[in-house]
Amino acid sequence: MSSGLVESVLDPAGAAFRQVVPAGEPFMQEIRKGQVLRILDLEGNQAVDTLFYSAADPEERYDANNTIREQGNIYLTAGTVLLSNEGNPMLTIIADTCGRHDTLGGACSAESNTVRYALDKRHMHSCRDSFLLALAEWDNGMSKRDLSSNINFFMNVPVTPDGKLTFEDGISEAGRYVEMRAEMDVLVLGRHLLLKSEQPARGAHDREGALALD
Amino acid sequence: MPQSSAIELDPQLVLWEERLPGGAHWSGVLRRGVTLRVTDLQGGANVSMLFYNHEDRLERYNMADTLKGQHTAFLSAGKVCYSDMGRVLCSVTRDSCGWHDTIGGLSNARMVKRKYGEARYQQHRNDYHRNGYDSLVNELGKYGLGRRDLVANLNLFSKVTVDDNGALQFHPGNSGAGDCVDLRFEMPALVVLSTCQHPLDPEPRYNPRDVSLTAWRSGVASADDPCRNACPENQRAFVNTERLYV
Repeated sequence: MSSGLVESVLDPAGAAFRQVVPAGEPFMQEIRKGQVLRILDLEGNQAVDTLFYSAADPEERYDANNTIREQGNIYLTAGTVLLSNEGNPMLTIIADTCGRHDTLGGACSAESNTVRYALDKRHMHSCRDSFLLALAEWDNGMSKRDLSSNINFFMNVPVTPDGKLTFEDGISEAGRYVEMRAEMDVLVLGRHLLLKSEQPARGAHDREGALALD
Repeated sequence: MPQSSAIELDPQLVLWEERLPGGAHWSGVLRRGVTLRVTDLQGGANVSMLFYNHEDRLERYNMADTLKGQHTAFLSAGKVCYSDMGRVLCSVTRDSCGWHDTIGGLSNARMVKRKYGEARYQQHRNDYHRNGYDSLVNELGKYGLGRRDLVANLNLFSKVTVDDNGALQFHPGNSGAGDCVDLRFEMPALVVLSTCQHPLDPEPRYNPRDVSLTAWRSGVASADDPCRNACPENQRAFVNTERLYV
């Protein structure tokens, strides 16, 4: 994929919708075909764990493996077509001033935190807990069955040629954004993660990310 | 290429054995303490595979948890397959080819038609072209599961690497005839699999290879088990797993 940054031609002042997503809270919204979703990093070094579903048939959903394989590259950036499990284009990334987004690192959960950090870290706030609450509130029959591999916008998870996977400091900073055009009516389920807060040694700050819809 | 003849099984421990033709799909339940040996019979095989906790099929293989828990982008001997619930579904206790893919995904009907042309059942009978996605949906349907449950899968015997720019590369010849991998089940698991070609396999022909499955009674992970002790993350995942069985 091209690592060149691509700026948006759209004016956010004309957005149909704008919402600041507080840290640790989920966001679920329908975006219609042709609309553009911008995710803006308000404070730098953010991550936005995101899943997409076809609004017409949520069994069709974002597929990380199809997306990276068909573009031949594990990093998402401008030009990436986000593909569904049925191989259909769901959204196209049309602008990106960060340059690289992850889709292999997944979302944290209470249970995975016990494995990654310590058995007593089950009680930290987690992305998948937030997703489950958001799905319960949306109330269209979706459940943990529907939590498939997600995108981590702004997150930097490099893989080395010998197959090591690492979590590196983010390459985003305040004011950077990624913008994508919906190629079908989609449900977006997002959750803003404090990049360092899941690591117990670091303090959590009340930083905020934002989602805007042009 | 290491040969599986170096890894002999005690025939007394073998529970059953089965040969699967290339392009086949299969499912079955493997109990805790049973090891499944998958052997590449002709060289160049691929086995697209998923695991579910047989007692609660909402618990299933999780690619991201498996990779980040072990700081790896592939599977090989000494690594384990994590469920989404912080537990170990199975451990890779032996492996003669050194790399098993879990980021390449599955072939699908459109891709198989584009790469290999059309071969429908009406003309080709049981030699018709299968694909990984439909094959796994087929097996999952037998258990009330479906597309929603078809998460990121393993591709045994296939090697896909990532260069410094993130580009994916498929490595033909990663597995030879006789190469095998042993999966020791740490919980009773529903296993679904397809022996269709890897989606990145550059071979221009539809040529899925045969594999054999051998189930044998291995027992569960001991206190000094290399998979358990490969990293502190695995030790904690084994604690979580064993709490289900005390």
